[in-house]
Amino acid sequence: MSRIELAHINKHYGSNHVLKDINLTIEDGDFMTLLGPSGCGKTTTLRVIAGLERPESGRLLIDGEEKINSETAFYSEPSERNLNLVFQSYALWPHLTVFENVAFGLKIKKLNSMAITKHVTHALERMHIGELAKRYPNELSGGQQQRVAIARAIAYSPQLLLLDEPLSNLDAKLRMDMRVELKRLHQELGTTIVYVTHDQVEALTMSTKIAVFSKGCITQLATPKELYMNPVNLVNADFIGNPRINFIEAMGKKIKDGIRIACSLGDYEFDREAFTDEIPVEKDFACIIGIRPEQITIAEAQGETLIPAIVDTNQFAGSETLITVKIGEESLMIKEIGMERYRVGQTVYLEIKPERCNVYAKASGQLIKCAGQ
Amino acid sequence: MSSKAAVAKTRIKNRIKDIVKNPYHMIILLSLISLFLLIVLPMIFMVKNTFVLSANELRRVSGKEVGDFTLYYWQYLLASKLSAAHLITPFKHSLTIAFFVTVLAVPLGFGLAWLMVRSDLPGKKWLTIGIMIPYMIPSWCKSMAWLAVFRNGRGGAPGFLAGLGINVPDWLAYGPTAIILCMVLHYYAFTYIMVSGALRSVNSELEEMAEIQGAKKMDILKQITMPMVMPAVLSSAIMTFSKAIGSYGVAANLGLRISYYTLATKMHDFIGTGSAQVGYCMAILLITLASGTIIANQIFIGTRKSYETIGGKGYRSTSIRLGKSKYSIMTVLGIFLFVAMIVPLFILLMETFQVNTGRGYGLDNLTLYNWIGRLEDASGMINYAGIFRNEAFFKALYNTVKLTIIGSVITAFCGQLLGYICSRGRGKWYGNLVEQLIFLPYLMPAVAFSAIYLSMFSRSYGPIPSLYGTFTIILLATVVKHIPFASRSGTANMLQIGKSLEEAADVAGSGFVRRMTKIVIPLAKNGFLSGFLLVFISIAKELDLIILFMTPSNNTLSYLAFEYSKEVLPQMADAISVIVLAFVLVTYLTASKITGTDLSKSWG
Repeated sequence: MSRIELAHINKHYGSNHVLKDINLTIEDGDFMTLLGPSGCGKTTTLRVIAGLERPESGRLLIDGEEKINSETAFYSEPSERNLNLVFQSYALWPHLTVFENVAFGLKIKKLNSMAITKHVTHALERMHIGELAKRYPNELSGGQQQRVAIARAIAYSPQLLLLDEPLSNLDAKLRMDMRVELKRLHQELGTTIVYVTHDQVEALTMSTKIAVFSKGCITQLATPKELYMNPVNLVNADFIGNPRINFIEAMGKKIKDGIRIACSLGDYEFDREAFTDEIPVEKDFACIIGIRPEQITIAEAQGETLIPAIVDTNQFAGSETLITVKIGEESLMIKEIGMERYRVGQTVYLEIKPERCNVYAKASGQLIKCAGQ
Repeated sequence: MSSKAAVAKTRIKNRIKDIVKNPYHMIILLSLISLFLLIVLPMIFMVKNTFVLSANELRRVSGKEVGDFTLYYWQYLLASKLSAAHLITPFKHSLTIAFFVTVLAVPLGFGLAWLMVRSDLPGKKWLTIGIMIPYMIPSWCKSMAWLAVFRNGRGGAPGFLAGLGINVPDWLAYGPTAIILCMVLHYYAFTYIMVSGALRSVNSELEEMAEIQGAKKMDILKQITMPMVMPAVLSSAIMTFSKAIGSYGVAANLGLRISYYTLATKMHDFIGTGSAQVGYCMAILLITLASGTIIANQIFIGTRKSYETIGGKGYRSTSIRLGKSKYSIMTVLGIFLFVAMIVPLFILLMETFQVNTGRGYGLDNLTLYNWIGRLEDASGMINYAGIFRNEAFFKALYNTVKLTIIGSVITAFCGQLLGYICSRGRGKWYGNLVEQLIFLPYLMPAVAFSAIYLSMFSRSYGPIPSLYGTFTIILLATVVKHIPFASRSGTANMLQIGKSLEEAADVAGSGFVRRMTKIVIPLAKNGFLSGFLLVFISIAKELDLIILFMTPSNNTLSYLAFEYSKEVLPQMADAISVIVLAFVLVTYLTASKITGTDLSKSWG
């Protein structure tokens, strides 16, 4: 159990500024996911915490204890940070058996052989791979190697567990199983976990908190639910959610006691209080409405507040159906649970709850209206 | 004390502590210092020496004392009445040789590579062996074999053809034609290795795609395959040119008899018997020329040196059908390899059993004397005992074995260490610096490189005595010259050990020493062994590099063979060549059996 504080971390690779003034606090017991596309700095941040990279500036505290202080050029060794790491490549030592791989760190800690055997067996059993102890890494499948890598990381119950895209080399089904496994592990161990991934589903399903990275900066720090409901800018809104969020061009106008948003779906009026400080200063401004595909419902019969639309495509995806419809030139993606029921070219009627929409200022790309519950 | 100053003080303290406490940093520091002392400093010294007057030329430069600054040597070489004889003519000869060797060897290597990799030529397995064997034969042995075949009556020991009554003219037996052909048969392997590697990495799917788009076989070769291997062809042409221009052994063995000088042989001449400083000037020119070509190549076409073909998925390589002509091509190729590779070696071997060379293989002309004869049984003009009764041989054998073993152990070890630094320091300043420093000896012709060491170490510096004529200087030069090669194999070896394997150990709490002994060394063992064997062979057959350091007490086998050949004692020279050849071949075979090492990697 650990509390981690990163303050003003900057890191360059040559002239490439990979971490730009990163500030992040990870609370004790959190499952913190660093999420972002490749090259955004999330793995570098993890490696800074692990002690494998040295930032040019910034401080790192783990449980209030200083581990990095760039001003005094103080960088403590990875082994002095009481953490463990699972690499994307697993980094299993090919010349050691599974048992020896897991036991390696314990031997360094000078545990007696009884204790080592106990810890290793326990860790292997926890990952359901007790029977593989005598094998070498190249005799294991990808999923088994993965479990060994995790077993090695948790063998001596570290205070902090770092995972660098651990599931990206697994196939879809195994990945699903391991997500459940990792979540269970987090609940059982109570360890603080920092998890790096570019897969939003992993982030949303496992984390207690998510830090979204973009081009070396953290753009949003939120719970999975908050992140999904209210991405702070257009980039995050576009990145989170599958299928992607619908964006509709609109015009905003400040009226007497609120704001009127006009778009091809109609006009909506909102209270002033619903808006954030990011709202543009102008009286009239261009904006973009974001609506999640599952927030639009389809009715086949006409209704007073409903918006007529024409079905364009129809993708059946098992438990759900993805439908694109056209309203004039505007194209919208809708997700419905259940089997398809619509013909292409059919006219349908859409129900949209304006309070559930996000509104972004077009110029800054920032969220100006949060979605209500 | 203000708090700012305190922070600064702690900062410096932590920095120093970090460097001193971390063995990795100490190793980098020590490596950089050693590389600087052994590579950069000697070069600076040699350049400086060419501007300093030495005692030998004191009388020729009036009004100056020993140690004064002088332009005499450069003037003598570049702008005196003798420049034409000492510089221009050898320079022309070197260029001619390098040019023709490149023009002939590159197409030969390319053609062979294409046939072996991409065509459905029958009997590829045997032909490949025929093509591979010449890699292993040192180039000076090839010149011995050439002499065994083509030597005319000059000096009293006719060769095979002269013995058949064929009058071999001087221009064929010795001089540029002989040198060029010998070198072509040696250096074609450069192109062969590089191009066949490039051809193998061309995914058949790329060609098949072109076929689907409707391209014909020739179009595919011209528009898809050729452009993809072109960078490899160009680099091998540059390498061939650079190596051929500075090669000593072949040019000396086949050129000196008719006073045909190249830059390398002329330089050796100056250092041996003339003004050493002028020789050093020539060495500088030679280095500039040889490394200039390679550096120019890297600047102009370096960025697209090779195409990254997308790996990961296994790809197929389908061969191109030659049709009916494949049998005639196979026959021609077989005959060529037989005549160019096997026959000369056979004649070389047979000469060692002949009483008189060029007198055929009749029983009365066959003897074991050259191998095991005692001096008291000697007949005629011979005043040497057979090599197995010859003290000079055993001394040279001892020296060779000593140099090879000690040299290759040190070189291979340093190579792995530097390889570790290069692989872990990729993209960092010290990794790049080390990589560039260890590349320098590779750019220099071996004989010019040894001139640098001779110039630096033939005098004493305070407590360090003059190393001239010692085993130490030979060892030093051998190690440093082979380091580029050893550390390339070291880097490849270390790159195979993923960085995360070490980081995982680091996180688990193991320090540098433990990480090395428990993780890196156990995993690097095999790579180390193959790297060691490759350096071992390379040192065992070395001639160019050590020729300047030779004194009667530190002869090696290659030098002894070369000397016997100069003294027109072909049977003795051949016998030693055979020994070296056998040694190299056996080591190769053992190496590839034990470690599965690719033979082609050790060529240079």
